[in-house]
Amino acid sequence: MAQTHAVEPTRRDFLYVATGSFAAVGAAFAVWPLIDQMNPDASVLALASIEVDISSIPEGQESTFKWRGKPVFIRHRTDAEIAAAEADDAAALPDPESDSARLRPGPSGELEKKWLVVIGVCTHLGCVPLSYRGEYDGYFCPCHGSVYDTSGRIRKGPAPTNLEVPPYEFVSDSRILIG
Amino acid sequence: MSHQSTYTPGNAFSRWMDERLPVMRLVNDSFVDYPVPKNLNYWWTFGAVLSFCLAVQIVTGIVLAMHYVPTTELAFASVEHIMRDVNYGWLIRYVHSNGASMFFIAVYIHMFRGLYYGSYKAPREVLWILGVLIYLLMMATAFFGYVLPWGQMSFWGATVITNLFGAIPLVGEALRTWLWGDFAVGDPTLNRFFSLHYLFPFLIAGVVVLHIWALHVTGQNNPAGIEVKDPKKDTVAFTPYATMKDAFGLAIFMILFSYFVFFNPNALGEPDNYIVADPLVTPAHIVPEWYLLPFYAILRAVPDKLGGVVLMFGAIAILFVLPWLDTSKVRSARFRPLFKQFFWIFVVACIGLGYCGGQSPDKILIAVGDGGFDVTDLSRILTIYYFAHFLILFPLLGLIEKPKPLPESIAASVLGSEPAKS
Repeated sequence: MAQTHAVEPTRRDFLYVATGSFAAVGAAFAVWPLIDQMNPDASVLALASIEVDISSIPEGQESTFKWRGKPVFIRHRTDAEIAAAEADDAAALPDPESDSARLRPGPSGELEKKWLVVIGVCTHLGCVPLSYRGEYDGYFCPCHGSVYDTSGRIRKGPAPTNLEVPPYEFVSDSRILIG
Repeated sequence: MSHQSTYTPGNAFSRWMDERLPVMRLVNDSFVDYPVPKNLNYWWTFGAVLSFCLAVQIVTGIVLAMHYVPTTELAFASVEHIMRDVNYGWLIRYVHSNGASMFFIAVYIHMFRGLYYGSYKAPREVLWILGVLIYLLMMATAFFGYVLPWGQMSFWGATVITNLFGAIPLVGEALRTWLWGDFAVGDPTLNRFFSLHYLFPFLIAGVVVLHIWALHVTGQNNPAGIEVKDPKKDTVAFTPYATMKDAFGLAIFMILFSYFVFFNPNALGEPDNYIVADPLVTPAHIVPEWYLLPFYAILRAVPDKLGGVVLMFGAIAILFVLPWLDTSKVRSARFRPLFKQFFWIFVVACIGLGYCGGQSPDKILIAVGDGGFDVTDLSRILTIYYFAHFLILFPLLGLIEKPKPLPESIAASVLGSEPAKS
């Protein structure tokens, strides 16, 4: 069988390679449904938005709502908390972002500085941080010690990024739509 | 040491069978007439102990699956139902949950045995790699299984471990959502973990077959770390010698197993896992099961998310390349005075990492003024040692160490320098 000289490819060789390639592509297509079935399904995606009433949250307190299986913290910030968050815009932040960039405008079009809405999931490994704890009175994650400020920005610890702000908008002065 | 078949069919039926499917020949050559080095000590009985553990986990697991319900609504309740209502459910579940710990005790002894006696060296590299693969599959299986009771530790363990994959640049987040089948650990996650928890033990069984096959091609290593020269003098038949020795080792092991199952069934678990999973509240102190603690300590020792994940997986991945990191031709630590000392330092470092993984990272060990030397500092030192042991000491020791003289043969190592008169 060992041939020392190069043989010109024949039509048969071409057919073999073409058939094999076609089978490989077909197999790859057949595998895709088996992989994609593990992604979030239609019923999970259908639950993707919630509307919450925020009028019952007094100033200086926070409520937790469940959205997409995760806690969402809605904090009614005091003037002192807002001032602290704004003052730290200039501090050395691991994930630089101004306080105002993390807030959304109300129905009047003015930025609702009193309302901070963040996903209550530590960006390190997914634990739920404790509110009003830690050096900046923002959040403290008990799992691996990440510290967030009153704007939910990472200040210390292993978490790489700020607490995520979910997509949301003010439907009225007292209601917001998350998702 | 692959040996010639010694099987001779005894009667007409076995002759007929042997010409069609020589399964009796396979059993005879693998587990009866198979020659084993005559100097094997009790550290070599853990292969049999591990086979037993795998069988126990599969049998009890299949039975538990007949009563367990993999939905977030019912999982916790169905486990309590197994514990309270199902006939002998408490026994079967405690055997299964403690069985996982026993499995890991045995596998760690088995692996340290391999490290001490140099069982990973040529020509047993593939045998060792298959073993590391089994260990990796075991960790995945144990992780999936731990999620199933849907307690607080189940939920938060699953959250933390799946979030590790989120650290991978670019594809991390998509991969994490794909693993979850949701935007957080939820019903789809629990259901697929159950499916995979049922599948993986059979994958392990498959790799175990390859592991034993590779073992029977190269033959066993032994405490002297030298190859069999004369099978007549250096080896004994697997049955009855190894079979009986394994059976005795197994009996002792089952005493330990029974102690945990019958007298202290929750000693190795976390009390928080008897609280039903709550996605809105993280327990104050989350820890994995004891057998994963050293890797958890390595993860936490690194102040960077991706770095921690890389180092944690690296701590396992490095085991795959051990055969090529060790430059010494001498296998057994008996004849390697320096290696022997570092081996025990390594054992202590691993136990120390396990300790660190179970403690709060900011716990002060030695107070100095306001702060001091805390658990994170200790984890960092031990993590550095863990990697230095393999990456620096393994290549270096082989070059600088002067090994003791090796015995002439296995028979000589058993009977002293004088060859036996027979």
